[in-house]
Amino acid sequence: MSEANTSETAAVSIRHLSKSFDDVEVLRDVELEVKTGEVVTIIGSSGSGKSTLLRCINWLEKPDRGSIHIAGQRIGVHDDGRPMPVRELAKVRAQTGMVFQGFNLWPHLNVLHNVTEAPIHVQGKSKREAEELATALLEKVGMSQKHDSYPNTLSGGQKQRVAIARALAMQPAVMLFDEPTSALDPELVGEVLAVIKDLSAEGYTMVMVTHEMAFARAVSDQVVFLEKGLIIERADPETFFTTPKTDRVRKFLENHDTPSSA
Amino acid sequence: MSNWEILWDERAQFWSGFLSTLEIFGLSIVGAFVIGCGLLYLLEGSRKRLTMPLRIFIDGMRMLPFLILAYLLYYGLPSVGIRLDAWGAGVGALAVYHGCYFAEIFRGNRLTFPPGQIEAAQAHGFTKGKLFFRLLLPQIIMQTRPLLGNQLIYALKDTAFLVIITVGELTAAANSLSSTYFIPTEAFIVVIGFYWAISVTMEIIIKQCGRFSAKRGFDNV
Ligand SMILES: Nc1ncnc2c1ncn2[C@@H]1O[C@H](COP(=O)(O)OP(=O)(O)OP(=O)(O)O)[C@@H](O)[C@H]1O
Ligand SMILES: [Mg+2]
Repeated sequence: MSEANTSETAAVSIRHLSKSFDDVEVLRDVELEVKTGEVVTIIGSSGSGKSTLLRCINWLEKPDRGSIHIAGQRIGVHDDGRPMPVRELAKVRAQTGMVFQGFNLWPHLNVLHNVTEAPIHVQGKSKREAEELATALLEKVGMSQKHDSYPNTLSGGQKQRVAIARALAMQPAVMLFDEPTSALDPELVGEVLAVIKDLSAEGYTMVMVTHEMAFARAVSDQVVFLEKGLIIERADPETFFTTPKTDRVRKFLENHDTPSSA
Repeated sequence: MSNWEILWDERAQFWSGFLSTLEIFGLSIVGAFVIGCGLLYLLEGSRKRLTMPLRIFIDGMRMLPFLILAYLLYYGLPSVGIRLDAWGAGVGALAVYHGCYFAEIFRGNRLTFPPGQIEAAQAHGFTKGKLFFRLLLPQIIMQTRPLLGNQLIYALKDTAFLVIITVGELTAAANSLSSTYFIPTEAFIVVIGFYWAISVTMEIIIKQCGRFSAKRGFDNV
């Protein structure tokens, strides 16, 4: 991050992204630019392509057309169309940290080792270095008492906070959240949102899919509305939630208890 | 002199048979385990063309009586110019045969492996090899532990077949003593004791491993 032109380089830059599943176009010519330090929220009804968009960013889904750059590096294919070798792909992927709706912790590893696993075995950090980092991150997400616990003994909220620390441990250029609180009991949603809110305050770059409107309004720099794979509206949160341009978004916001204010 | 006293005098034969059974069993289950893991890895399949032949090989082995495989390696291979001694043929047959059973146990468990965990690993930059050895295999082994324990007991019992291809193991010792002195009952009772001792020890070890995986929430099998 020492180079003078890094401010020019977006954390994520998506151009002309299209993707179909068996003839159904799920993403249509999506363009999205996420600047470093920015929080972008993706909103849209079920099946509109939000997860697919997020999963294209780290190549868990392979787009049909378009290009995606993470911190200036193209992911998945080279500019000449050659598919990227797996090792190289893994390197670019490690520039993204993904948090899943279903946590997806590794159950055979305790909390600390869930967080140190990728730094040690993917990035080649020393055990000591990885554990120091993990300790700091687990403290950040309020899980420092639980280093030795196994995932099966944690609540959903705790699991998700460990999963966030695990993704942060890659020191990624961008964090991707796919409905991180949708699988949680209502009383556990708050603790996870609080962690994400702290991250946004600390300047982490994040792309997030969520149905938590009040939260989206409070943390986002940019809100994007997806409808049948098209971005039909994008705006700063104030504008988006108070004066949406399209009827579709207005309808959508009416059906989701829209936040009165942030 | 009672029959039992005769056997006591010949205890050296039992002992060497016992050691040889232990050695054959130990080597062949290590071999089988490695083969099972190797087959699982190959079935993970970036090479789709391999999948079909591997499935046929695994199923073919599982449907074969073990004794016939042992015969084949010992008496059949020389005709294609490969000559194994009885011991090598026996260990090889056990390793390959039970390796295929291990592979089948692993594969069955692999089918139910939560895909989200694999995606999480890929998202964290894991490549296939690391993902397999660090995340998939350890969990699959913990999950299938009771089935693996069972398979080990089958493998132990199959070592007894090797008497037929002239391997000097435990059953061979009993066999030779019983025909030298005409005391089959006592001789075989002694070897049953040995087999039970090995099995019980194995069960205890597997139980101990169970505590390790239970702590991680893997005791649902
Ligand atoms: N692997 C797949 N194979 C086939 N179709 C898929 C696949 N994944 C997603 N789809 C389809 O693509 C469309 C978009 O799915 P996606 O999961 O991106 O929607 P979403 O906006 O995340 O919805 P939700 O809010 O329910 O999570 C849906 O119609 C879905 O059925
Ligand atoms: Mg989704």
